[in-house]
Amino acid sequence: MGFDFTVLRLLDVSRTYGRRRALNRVSLTAQAGSITALLGPNGAGKSTLLSIASTLLQPTSGEVRYGDVEARQGGAAVRARIGLLAHDLYLYPELTAAENLRFFASVYALSDVERRVGAALARAGLADRRDDAVSGFSRGMRQRLALERALIHDPRLVLLDEPFTGLDEAARNALRARLDAVRASGAIILLTTHDTAAVAGLTDAAVSLVDGRVAA
Amino acid sequence: MRRFARAVWVVTRKDLLVEARTKEILYTTVFFALACVLVFAFGFVRDGQALPDAAAGILWIAIAFSGTLALGRAFERERQGETLRALLIAPIDRPALYLGKLLGILIVLAAVETLVVPLVALMFQAALFDHALLMIGLLVAGTVGFAAVGTLFAAMLVRARSRDVLLPVLLYPITVPVIIAGVRGTAALLQPEADQPMARAWIAMLIFFDVVFITLALWTFEPVMTE
Repeated sequence: MGFDFTVLRLLDVSRTYGRRRALNRVSLTAQAGSITALLGPNGAGKSTLLSIASTLLQPTSGEVRYGDVEARQGGAAVRARIGLLAHDLYLYPELTAAENLRFFASVYALSDVERRVGAALARAGLADRRDDAVSGFSRGMRQRLALERALIHDPRLVLLDEPFTGLDEAARNALRARLDAVRASGAIILLTTHDTAAVAGLTDAAVSLVDGRVAA
Repeated sequence: MRRFARAVWVVTRKDLLVEARTKEILYTTVFFALACVLVFAFGFVRDGQALPDAAAGILWIAIAFSGTLALGRAFERERQGETLRALLIAPIDRPALYLGKLLGILIVLAAVETLVVPLVALMFQAALFDHALLMIGLLVAGTVGFAAVGTLFAAMLVRARSRDVLLPVLLYPITVPVIIAGVRGTAALLQPEADQPMARAWIAMLIFFDVVFITLALWTFEPVMTE
């Protein structure tokens, strides 16, 4: 195990796109073994915040710290400990479910790839579809596969952008159980949603964003 | 270093696997390159005799045009599922990502060239195989230079709305020296008395371009890919 951390801190993070301010001096702290919900309407800045926490976007001002390490200092070591499930599922539709997971396991230079891929497919309920191209999967199946893709390297920081969108009741319950297990393993989970009912009883903390600011 | 090489190969292997499933880039680039050569053959071959140096020009135009198609499509795939973002948050070195994409495109272009070169030789009665090693040297060095710049620009433009228009607009002016060197080197080999020293000089020039372009691309890929 290389670099690790147990707390994520965003300190006065702002992000502007041209003249539009997507995030305005947002601060939050999330601890290992907790689920923090980012609530708010569309355009509130939730996805921008996740992109910044994932290192995909740089804040215009402010700081993101993974333990004691700032994103730019940490580089690849920090990125190795982050898993992101975005609205786009980051899957290759031409490849099979197993090939997608195998590719991302290789990108993360994991050992014991086949065992991890098999376990991930079993958790996603796709063991019998492992050799089917993802292009033939339903949205729910893709979502489950994408979640396991994001978690295949046992990330410390798990970032989920609207993970409950488009799931039926059974799939929602399965996702809640999976997130519970990931939290129990010591991950810091940050998820965005505008559906508060979906995360009721699941989260340890909630932060409401309105127009890029943390609502009082 | 071993980890870097492994990361390059992981990206290349994935691109080749996707291409093997769809054959989309291969079919479109091969079809386009062959159509290009055939159309020019009707224009530049009269009474079974090609215009001087036409074969060299047509060969490199076919490679450049089909290469542009391949470059655009290779990154369009990463954009459609936003998989490029998944690669950018992975602990993979940005230069390894660049080289992995570059290698995948080079392999596809090599496949295109194995069909286009014999067709040009046939249609223009060009002695492209008389000095096979020098010809291979020109093709390899020229294709690497073209694809090195193209891979960087295609990655830069992946989020741009008018990327299909911007790619050739940006790419061709920068790669003009590569295309000219390729054309002049090939033309030197197609003289009645092949000018081998001149062909070697153009290969050396192409290798110089390759080194400069790849160094600049590796240096700029990280900041270019950071939003």
